[in-house]
Amino acid sequence: MSHGQTSLRFRENSVRAMGDDALRAAMKHATGTFGSKRAEAFAPVEDVEGLRDRASAIRERVLSDLSGYVDRFVAAATRAGATVHRAVDASAAREIIAKILAGRGAKRIVKGKSMVSEEVELNAHLEAAGMEVVETDLGEYIIQMEGETPSHIIVPAIHKNRRQVGKLFAERLGVPYSDDPQVLTKIAREALREKFLSADAGISGANFAAAETGSLILFTNEGNGRMVTTVPPLHVAILSIEKMIPSLADLPDFIRLLPRSATGQPITSYVSVITGPRKAGDATGAKELHIVLLDNGRTEILAGESRDILKCIRCGACMNVCPVYRTVGGHSYGWTYPGPMGLILTALLTGMANSHPVVDASTLCGACVEVCPVRVPLVDLILQLRRRKVREGFAGPKEMRGMALFGAAAASPGRFALGQRMARILWPFARVLGGKDVAGRMPPPARTPFRRSAP
Amino acid sequence: MKVLLFGTCLVDTFFPGVGEATVRLLRRFGAEPVFPQAQTCCGQPAWNAGYEPEARAAAAHFLSVFDGDDPIVTPSGSCAAMVKHHYPGLFRDDPRMVAKARRAGERIHELSHFLVHVAKAHEAGLRGKGTVTYHASCHLTRSLGVREEPLALLSSLKGATFVPMPDAARCCGFGGTFMAKLPEISCALAEEKAAAIEATGADTVTGCDSGCLMNIADAMKRRGTPVRVAHLAQLLAEGI
Ligand code: SF4
Repeated sequence: MSHGQTSLRFRENSVRAMGDDALRAAMKHATGTFGSKRAEAFAPVEDVEGLRDRASAIRERVLSDLSGYVDRFVAAATRAGATVHRAVDASAAREIIAKILAGRGAKRIVKGKSMVSEEVELNAHLEAAGMEVVETDLGEYIIQMEGETPSHIIVPAIHKNRRQVGKLFAERLGVPYSDDPQVLTKIAREALREKFLSADAGISGANFAAAETGSLILFTNEGNGRMVTTVPPLHVAILSIEKMIPSLADLPDFIRLLPRSATGQPITSYVSVITGPRKAGDATGAKELHIVLLDNGRTEILAGESRDILKCIRCGACMNVCPVYRTVGGHSYGWTYPGPMGLILTALLTGMANSHPVVDASTLCGACVEVCPVRVPLVDLILQLRRRKVREGFAGPKEMRGMALFGAAAASPGRFALGQRMARILWPFARVLGGKDVAGRMPPPARTPFRRSAP
Repeated sequence: MKVLLFGTCLVDTFFPGVGEATVRLLRRFGAEPVFPQAQTCCGQPAWNAGYEPEARAAAAHFLSVFDGDDPIVTPSGSCAAMVKHHYPGLFRDDPRMVAKARRAGERIHELSHFLVHVAKAHEAGLRGKGTVTYHASCHLTRSLGVREEPLALLSSLKGATFVPMPDAARCCGFGGTFMAKLPEISCALAEEKAAAIEATGADTVTGCDSGCLMNIADAMKRRGTPVRVAHLAQLLAEGI
């Protein structure tokens, strides 16, 4: 399961995706449902704006001293009996995890949903080392079976409809076809139960990490997160460093905000708080806990102009409302994270040379900013990236020349009026000469510009 | 009251009718619009595409042309938002220019905002006809916070029926240079918008941004939807 690096082909990817009727219908349906459920879920919450301000301030506080919070987390988690590893980049993370697993002779691994593990392409690496890795989140299970990657950070199989899932299960699992979501869930549960019981290790991500106590916090709906982290004897958690919150006292605000923003649920079915491995007298828990803290470019982002993206709590609300995401689906963006937050992370984490077309994948409509629970200034960040793209020379030469002309005309009324006259004369040619994308969709310039009759 | 009229490059070049309607409306409500002939464009296309020096050149020109204390009125939500929210940052290294930009931001009104808050046009009993639906453009609603004003104006029209559009504030796919850079997505979004308009059964669709209306009109033409597209200024001016 490899992401490939197809951000550079955003336009081609999106055209292909738009030709897929099933995908478009599934996207439209799912994102529409999340949108209306989100509004309903927030309706009874008192002072939503105050809640968002508080959550935003907590995240801001963490970013203002991220290395301090990380150090405190490491110390507390270590005291609680966990082994904490720091991974500078994706390959370091992969190797650390592979080494832990190999060292314990782990062959069969169950996994909870983790976008960070997608970011470092963990599964392929472990499979190459001869391990079996089974995704246990229903959506992830489906796309793993299909050999795909998630197309949404919360709802990995958002692009599929239940008939496609029914067919997939019938083919791969040899069960009778059904497109009833309850039946399908049951089929997956049964297939996974045996995997849980025989697993040597569980790998999970984390939604948050509380610095004061060294606790990992996981939000899940299917209970699989709880199984992954407690049933096998060994638990390995991987998370990126910015997932810190100062203490468990900060958690309730996020419990209120994240599920509502993500899927429109007032709360998720399970909120697991894991502090260290199982201790004497504990009823559950893995015997051994390893935590891998991934940097992979975060420290650099933190020091730069785009640091506010690190406030993101990965709720996916911005993609659910993004007109572009809703139309082209998550795979079009070409890397782990799609939608508004995703295009920003893609450009920052994979580099402008590998991703510059995706920074154009926004109409700047601002719907994302309106819903973001922690007030990430997504539009400002996208504009910043576009400026960087131009500065670093990734804009096309035709566009650069056009914009230089625009700048000259906008600063001089004489040149501007000349431009208007030229447009009027050249319009028919522009239409014929490959300008059909733009010129063909605009009316011809008026015979007499408004300025001639204006008071 | 003298007001400076910022026509916008799009209205000036492509939709003079919107400019003329704006003038008639302002006069009807006792304002005396003056169109500074040296005006060009607010710089938004360059700014949104990441060309800061070019946007700054346009903004500096705008600020010199629209200097003074008179209110500035423009029939465009996105251009008003550009001046209000993005100009100060463009001059962050020059306190004198920042102050100038801030003052311009306080003086600029999007047309429907001016008509409701200053001219009280919604109390004037303008006439209208047919059924009208309304597209709430992105920068107008989210950046300027102008949500109720166009609706107040529309529902005050005697003889016209206002029908709300589902998801009225969803982007039409224009997005300035987005339209040119990702035309397939832009068209798909405009088509969804056109379908939503069709579904209302209205005979006219209106809005406060010529760019969006242009994109919508094109999609409707492709779909063969016989709905009239008119800027709010045009619709209101007809009822004088
Ligand atoms: S940017 Fe905001 S809305 Fe988007 S995923 Fe992050 S927290 Fe959620």
